[in-house]
Amino acid sequence: MQLKLETRAEPSRLMGWLAPLFAAVLTLIAGFILFSALGRNPVQAFYTFFVYPIRDLNGVAELLLKASPLMLIAVGLACGYRANVWNIGAEGQLTLGAIFAGGVALYFYNSESPLVLPLMIVAGAIGGMLWAAIPAFLRTRFNTSEILTSLMLVYVAVLLLSYLVHGPWRDPQGFNFPQSRQFTESALYPMLISGTRLNASFLLSIAAIAVGYLFLNRSFLGFQMRVAGQADAAARYAGFDARRMVWLGLLIGGATAGLAGVGEVAGPIGQLLPSVSPGYGFAAIIVAFVGRLHPVGILLASLLMSLLYLGGEAAQMGLNLPSAITGLFQGMLLFFLLGSDVFINYQLKLVRASAPAAVAPLGATS
Amino acid sequence: MIDTLVPIFAATIAAGTPLVFAALGELVTEKAGVLNLGVEGMMLIGAIAGFATAVTTGNLWLGTVAGMAAGAAMSAIFAVLTLNLMANQVASGLALTLFGLGLSAFVGKPFEGVSLLREGAPSLPLLGDLPVLGPILFRQHYLVYVSWAVFAAVSWFLFRSRAGLVLRSVGESPDSAHAIGYPVIRIRWLATLFGGALAGVGGAFLAVFYAPMWVEGMVAGRGWIALALVVFATWRPARVMVGAYLFGGVTIAQFFAQGGGIAIPAPFLSALPYLATIIVLVVISRNVATIRLNSPVSLGRSYRPD
Repeated sequence: MQLKLETRAEPSRLMGWLAPLFAAVLTLIAGFILFSALGRNPVQAFYTFFVYPIRDLNGVAELLLKASPLMLIAVGLACGYRANVWNIGAEGQLTLGAIFAGGVALYFYNSESPLVLPLMIVAGAIGGMLWAAIPAFLRTRFNTSEILTSLMLVYVAVLLLSYLVHGPWRDPQGFNFPQSRQFTESALYPMLISGTRLNASFLLSIAAIAVGYLFLNRSFLGFQMRVAGQADAAARYAGFDARRMVWLGLLIGGATAGLAGVGEVAGPIGQLLPSVSPGYGFAAIIVAFVGRLHPVGILLASLLMSLLYLGGEAAQMGLNLPSAITGLFQGMLLFFLLGSDVFINYQLKLVRASAPAAVAPLGATS
Repeated sequence: MIDTLVPIFAATIAAGTPLVFAALGELVTEKAGVLNLGVEGMMLIGAIAGFATAVTTGNLWLGTVAGMAAGAAMSAIFAVLTLNLMANQVASGLALTLFGLGLSAFVGKPFEGVSLLREGAPSLPLLGDLPVLGPILFRQHYLVYVSWAVFAAVSWFLFRSRAGLVLRSVGESPDSAHAIGYPVIRIRWLATLFGGALAGVGGAFLAVFYAPMWVEGMVAGRGWIALALVVFATWRPARVMVGAYLFGGVTIAQFFAQGGGIAIPAPFLSALPYLATIIVLVVISRNVATIRLNSPVSLGRSYRPD
């Protein structure tokens, strides 16, 4: 007897939602093995990594604070991914959003007008959209892969920010450190829970989840994008404009990434630094996939990813492990998800050994 | 004039070599119909595995082999996901890169700031003494010559050997290849492993010979540039070489410009390779027919023989 993959008559919706759970559980198991292999007591390490960071109100606030940019960007990326528009440069669009918002904040430095923050938000969204418009233009006009162009622009954006904080926007009283002035109160999001760092940008992210749900699952345009992604021939016959889908997919992702950039510089950072994100733009790609490109799933996945960030920091302090372990967990989570996804379209069948050999040694499914 | 240009050309070749390895590997992978976007991640793992091994054993060649093995191991993860479990190749490649970033940063922490003795590039007997060409071509690291050998081997294999024809047929029409009786999945596995191994060597060259040190994320987009090079080269090895050295030149140009006192802020010069990548991609993909005629037909599509 041996196991064989058999094509399902139709994709399993149940498995579509179970696969992320499988992936999470498998990541935990792999983490358990990893901690043991590193000579740490796995139970204690698990506590430090997954429980200790959210043991009190402040910890929960930090969880939401870090989940906020992740869900915001991921819901924007999901719009594009559904239409097969692969924007993987959200990190660069986030950086441009931070630059635009920071530019507004520095220009209106010392202004107490209540309009500064709204202006920053708008500018940040525009910055992200402009950066995403480049790959959109190149794809629609010159047929250039948006995967590579959007990614290349990440490096350019980071270098641009580095130039600004090392040069023209450097704090004149900053002892030559590469950083801008500290933003004044009018250029910062108001706090949501006093005593924590959770600010009002979180509400924006939650709103984005709600709008994203209405757009993706309840609007005709969202439906068009889904069709364009799943069956582009059908979309063409139906007369859906493919270029419009590319533009929309990239601009929405750029706008949300730009907003996430605003959330960082007008939130926990409060100024421009050479680096304004610990890779949220890339982690959000994982969040979008683990969340099944569905806003509710993305909300949950962003909390999990945020916990991985917090756990990495806790592991550095409590377990003496590099915080880069976060990236390891993130990567494993996505691997396990992609592996588990096989069960959406296929099912395991036990067949007699005399049957033709299976495609894959299925013992090694995950 | 010649005196200033010679070191620039010599440095260009060294700078282009990681791209030569990675792009030739990816070329073979893509010719079999597999689009592995994880080159950046595989190079990073190759770099840290190579560097760590070289530091611990003191043997640079052992480091190179370790980098190769590590790159291949990374590509094996990708192969299991996409070839056996039919996962989306774009998403799996991205996952591989993100995983490679995280794993290399994690493993590399203790090796930050560790220095490896710089191995002087040997001058080949006779050839190294040629005027102009000698210092440019024949006073390079041995791995540079290896990369030329790999180029020759890949060109011969793909377009002059029967096995290469089979590999290309798997990339063009896996259904026909399967119908004739070729093991499509196994061939794609091998092509993917080859691509991973070469990406690993490219990363190892970077960390062990070129830098020589380990810095988190030190591959700095070269994996993505290698992917762009394959498109730019319209899937032809000779053009991959031209493209790789072109980009080597762009990377080097910034150092020479900075050294020559050209008054452009450093970040703008550092952005050149990335902007150049975008420009060459636009130029080559502007003509839809060029890409359609040259890219392997089944590139990026899962195949399941049943």
